[in-house]
Amino acid sequence: MFALTELEIEAILLSLRVAFWSMLFSLPIAIAMAWLLARQRFYGHALLNGLVHLPLVMPPVVVGYLLLLLLGRNGALGAWLWDWFGISVAFTWRGAAVASAVMAFPLMVRAIRLSLESVDIRLEFAARTLGAPPLWVFATVSLPLMAPGILTGAMLAFARGFGEFGATITFVSNIPGETRTLPIALYSLTQVPGGESGALRLLILSVIIAMLALFASEFLARRVRARMEG
Amino acid sequence: MIEVDLHKRLGDFSLDAAFDIGRTGITALFGRSGAGKTTLVNMLAGLLRPDSGRLRIGGQTLFDSSKGVNIKPERRRVGYVFQEGRLFPHLSVRANLYYGRRFAPRGERYVEPRQIIDLLGLGGLLARRPATLSVGEKQRVAIGRALLSEPRLLLMDEPLAALDAARKSEIMRHIERLRDEVGVPIVYVSHSLDEVARLADHMVVLAGGRVIATGSAVDIMSRPDLSPHTGRHEAGALIETRVAGHDTFGLTALDFPGGVLRVSGLDLPLGTAVRARIRARDVAIATSVPHDLSILNVFQGRITEMIPSGAAAMDLQLDIGVKLWARITRRSAHELGLAPGREVYALIKSVAIDRHSLGLALPPRRD
Repeated sequence: MFALTELEIEAILLSLRVAFWSMLFSLPIAIAMAWLLARQRFYGHALLNGLVHLPLVMPPVVVGYLLLLLLGRNGALGAWLWDWFGISVAFTWRGAAVASAVMAFPLMVRAIRLSLESVDIRLEFAARTLGAPPLWVFATVSLPLMAPGILTGAMLAFARGFGEFGATITFVSNIPGETRTLPIALYSLTQVPGGESGALRLLILSVIIAMLALFASEFLARRVRARMEG
Repeated sequence: MIEVDLHKRLGDFSLDAAFDIGRTGITALFGRSGAGKTTLVNMLAGLLRPDSGRLRIGGQTLFDSSKGVNIKPERRRVGYVFQEGRLFPHLSVRANLYYGRRFAPRGERYVEPRQIIDLLGLGGLLARRPATLSVGEKQRVAIGRALLSEPRLLLMDEPLAALDAARKSEIMRHIERLRDEVGVPIVYVSHSLDEVARLADHMVVLAGGRVIATGSAVDIMSRPDLSPHTGRHEAGALIETRVAGHDTFGLTALDFPGGVLRVSGLDLPLGTAVRARIRARDVAIATSVPHDLSILNVFQGRITEMIPSGAAAMDLQLDIGVKLWARITRRSAHELGLAPGREVYALIKSVAIDRHSLGLALPPRRD
């Protein structure tokens, strides 16, 4: 009964790909942003913090539409990207990854920032008195100590990307094989007569995948913690 | 030579510190909590920016507000042993020890890692993680880590504060050996006279953000006018002695210019230089040669000064070949008719001078 259909496999692989790349690309930016917000004081700190959190409080459809305006072939940024690099993300799986990344960004930054704030800044001072320049200190002291938080942030972003619907469908539409991710495929099935059994199968699949991801991250987090406590 | 002249205002508190430190030995930065000790060492390390002033180590300017110089902490080569150790929890002891070594310029290395690891007894701990170490072990690793970064000056901010008496004594033995065998100048922050008496060659006394005295530890610890800052109960004299012999009753004889001081047995070879701190309250006075007395340490001397201390006590400065202080009641002083110039006998109980009051003095320099 549970042999996967071609369409299901396509939707799952696409969702995984979108979630993976959106997580991977936003990770370094989120770490830099977390560092900026946690360790630096500058003019406009509150504004930047608000901006980062915006996708969390705005309706996803609004975010998706904003992305379309900004990154569409005729958008401010999109036109520039197309003219100079011949790159367009609108209506492609990359666009879906961008939408997922934007939606997941606040969650990721929050998790990483919390972990950085819990790193004792006095350890960083100690490292500097030993002769290490700030970037080295960040890479060898702060970053390893933030590992559990980074893992949590990445996991949250991955889950968010895997399930992202509103911003994605608004920005890159519902193109089979290109932008029809698992939630969008599920939504499509609920819109056609007789699609209920297919929708139910996708529902069960997404629950299974979500559980697997949770177990994997829990396992990793435990290993990281065990290493730390030696 | 380390030249310090730094000023900093923090809210209501202001720190003004100007003094010089020699190239060798241990300088104690002494003062009560809130005197500005940690603020000062943080400025020496570059972790806190002074408002104004100058700081020079061995001819190199690390901070000069008039020239806009402020060398970053990672370029100062000032090692820092923190009160709480601050080991990196995710690294092994070995990785902690070697953390700063790659940044030390090759041409200016003077520390041999194996020697330091042996000296601090860290050989068996190298593969362990900080979480599995005792507090004393952590502090020893922190000292080793600072030394392996080849510092030109080592700061220690109350490194023994978190330790019990036995561990304190053990770490102090390690610090004494470092001073003698490694030769790096050390600034040792403390509010404990026992630690200072045992370790320090020089002393800088801080109170309320001001330097109120600097000089050799022996001189400063024997000054009664500083006792409000060093602690009234702790007032006393520091005497430099040399181990002269051990008797069968478990006592050690220490030679000093005023005679022989007998103390509880010390496991030290003959000739070893030892400093003994004798608290004023452990010294009693007699006006004639005392007979039939349990006290072994009796020294003849002359009263040179008398200073009232508190409501009922009187501090006497005695010259018994070296300076000694005695604290007696004013009533006794009156009944015995004591006055400056008077010949008296000073009585010191051997057991009053415990191991904590004795320190190994800096051996004579060979250069």
